[in-house]
Amino acid sequence: MTEMEIVKFFAGLFILIGAFLSLVTAFGLIRLPDVYTRNHAASKSATMGVMLVLLGTFLYFWLIEHHFNSRLLLGVAFIFLTSPVAGHLIARAAYNSGVKLSDRTVQDDLAKARKKMKAEEKL
Amino acid sequence: MKTNDIILQTVTKFTLFVIILFSIHLFFAGHYYPGGGFIGGLMTSGAIVLLLLAFDIKTVKMILPVDYLKVVAVGLLFAIGTGAGALFFDKPFLTHAYTYAYLPLLGKTSLHTAVLFDTGVFLVVIGVTMTIIQTIGESE
Repeated sequence: MTEMEIVKFFAGLFILIGAFLSLVTAFGLIRLPDVYTRNHAASKSATMGVMLVLLGTFLYFWLIEHHFNSRLLLGVAFIFLTSPVAGHLIARAAYNSGVKLSDRTVQDDLAKARKKMKAEEKL
Repeated sequence: MKTNDIILQTVTKFTLFVIILFSIHLFFAGHYYPGGGFIGGLMTSGAIVLLLLAFDIKTVKMILPVDYLKVVAVGLLFAIGTGAGALFFDKPFLTHAYTYAYLPLLGKTSLHTAVLFDTGVFLVVIGVTMTIIQTIGESE
């Protein structure tokens, strides 16, 4: 294999793994029981999937087309930074507006803390 | 209930600079690559909107004590000024000129008066979007 083919192979591999992870995200969104588990699927594997696709694109343009596109690297860093925070905020908004947990849940520690806080507010 | 926004606020402090830098990059890339005053201005106002989401309206006013209506006025003045500047050189209205200059640190740079016109667009877009968002946000 020549150098070009190795680079193309790895760029394609990254993009394929990224696309596969995005597919896993979509399955998770359909199959998981409640908001929190779905949010877990969406904010984790989708982040990784998009990051891998961007990384594959970056490698392709850098090593094949000889164009160092720093915006793709910036996009990777930006998604890595912001997407989990978005997941956190969505989950928190869901919990605060009273969305029920799945039936199979065994433990809800936040409910105790919230009850305590409400009792303190009434005092 | 007391809210705790520390994660959002910390991430905002980091990403704000990335967004502002990217908007400046889009603004200056406008002549040779996709980008320009409109998208740069929209992205800058997007950064300010992120600040408004993470902090409250009073804090943002303290950080950026800007009257956005005046920003619109200054932007329009920039646009009119670069257009009228051509009249002094006996050329039609809105004729632009460019030159290549050797600046220290930057090397060979093409300086174009269209950048000043773009600055006008940039300021007007920031001013208009921020005026709309602030007036809607302030009304009870």
